[in-house]
Amino acid sequence: MEKEINSKNEWPLWEVFIRSKAGLDHKHAGSLHASDAEMAIENARDVYTRRMEGVSIWVVESKNIHASDPGDSSSMYDPAADKIYRHPTFYNLPDEVKYM
Amino acid sequence: MTVHSFQEHFDSLIDNDIAIEPKDWMPDDYRKTLIRQISQHAHSEIIGMLPEGNWITRAPSLRRKAVLLAKVQDEAGHGLYLYSAAETLGVSRDELYDQLHTGKAKYSSIFNYPTLTWADMGAIGWLVDGAAIMNQVPLCRTSYGPYARAMVRVCKEESFHQRQGFEIMLTLAKGTEVQKKMAQDAFNRWWWPSLMMFGPPDAESPHTEQSVRWRIKRLTNDELRQKFIDVTVEQAKVLGLDVPDKDLKWNEERGHYDFGAINWEEFKNVVKGNGPCNKQRLDTRRKAWEEGQWVRDAAQAHARKRKEKMAKAA
Repeated sequence: MEKEINSKNEWPLWEVFIRSKAGLDHKHAGSLHASDAEMAIENARDVYTRRMEGVSIWVVESKNIHASDPGDSSSMYDPAADKIYRHPTFYNLPDEVKYM
Repeated sequence: MTVHSFQEHFDSLIDNDIAIEPKDWMPDDYRKTLIRQISQHAHSEIIGMLPEGNWITRAPSLRRKAVLLAKVQDEAGHGLYLYSAAETLGVSRDELYDQLHTGKAKYSSIFNYPTLTWADMGAIGWLVDGAAIMNQVPLCRTSYGPYARAMVRVCKEESFHQRQGFEIMLTLAKGTEVQKKMAQDAFNRWWWPSLMMFGPPDAESPHTEQSVRWRIKRLTNDELRQKFIDVTVEQAKVLGLDVPDKDLKWNEERGHYDFGAINWEEFKNVVKGNGPCNKQRLDTRRKAWEEGQWVRDAAQAHARKRKEKMAKAA
């Protein structure tokens, strides 16, 4: 039963990214279904920018997004944890040094 | 990791108020509970458009009509945000629609009451959206990330809904005798169903305890209902309308209003499908879906043709 419903002709799913104003980056706003990219942009305009929330819209078909696995978090991000020398605050400078 | 350690990790995220995201491991029941709650919420937004749709063509002025259209369009948007959030849990949009259209899924029983006069647009905005906001604000901090983000968006938009409703009520309440009577009548009909929107009392709410533990729910049904009554009774005073509850009384000791018994039999009956408009609402929704099938098919055929044309040209 579930299979059958799943296999119906559902419009593809798209992820929507919106630039709220010039100078800022596009940020994930949510997702929606649309038959093609053009309709996805038009629908994103109606669904996600009804109150002037955006000046630019990106849409990406959800199936084209590849994500990291949260199960790999430790091997992915732990190596950065013991490298505090990458932060400027790691270095002690004499008070006389200015503008650094 | 063993199942046990997955569970431990999940519990520690919940306990530390760290959001759960789609790809994180989560217990099956957490996923099921969320799908049920988010989709019921989405269905309620979609069905919630229908009682108001009844008045768009008959709004008393162009301004009221533009406002009502904007509100109903927001509700469609809210439904879409929420369906998207549910889909991140692995359920498809078609499955969700199917659950709504076959009557397998529930939506808020408030929308099974009829909208008899223009004052009902005021009462719905003021009371129904007011109750919804009371429910939704704590959900902005719910433990599942995509749901919380959808709720932030919904709450930002919802407050205009309540204000426009209150404004309609205020205009009528300060109007002629007939208009005031109309406002009072709408208040009388929508007050009790609005209180029922918070769901059964905590003692009889089967899911509350687990949902609070998982931080899906932040406050219980009874806590939210009391909060709503306390603020709304004061607003009714501004309107100069009478709360249709003879047992309503300020309780100094509790610091809350005491209120009369809610007719839970009526609530159960409407949930079961026997409310005044259950059948009409579902029929309207199904008809809209079925009659839109050719549009969905045509859009898909168009997209396919265009793709083929582009492939040939390349």
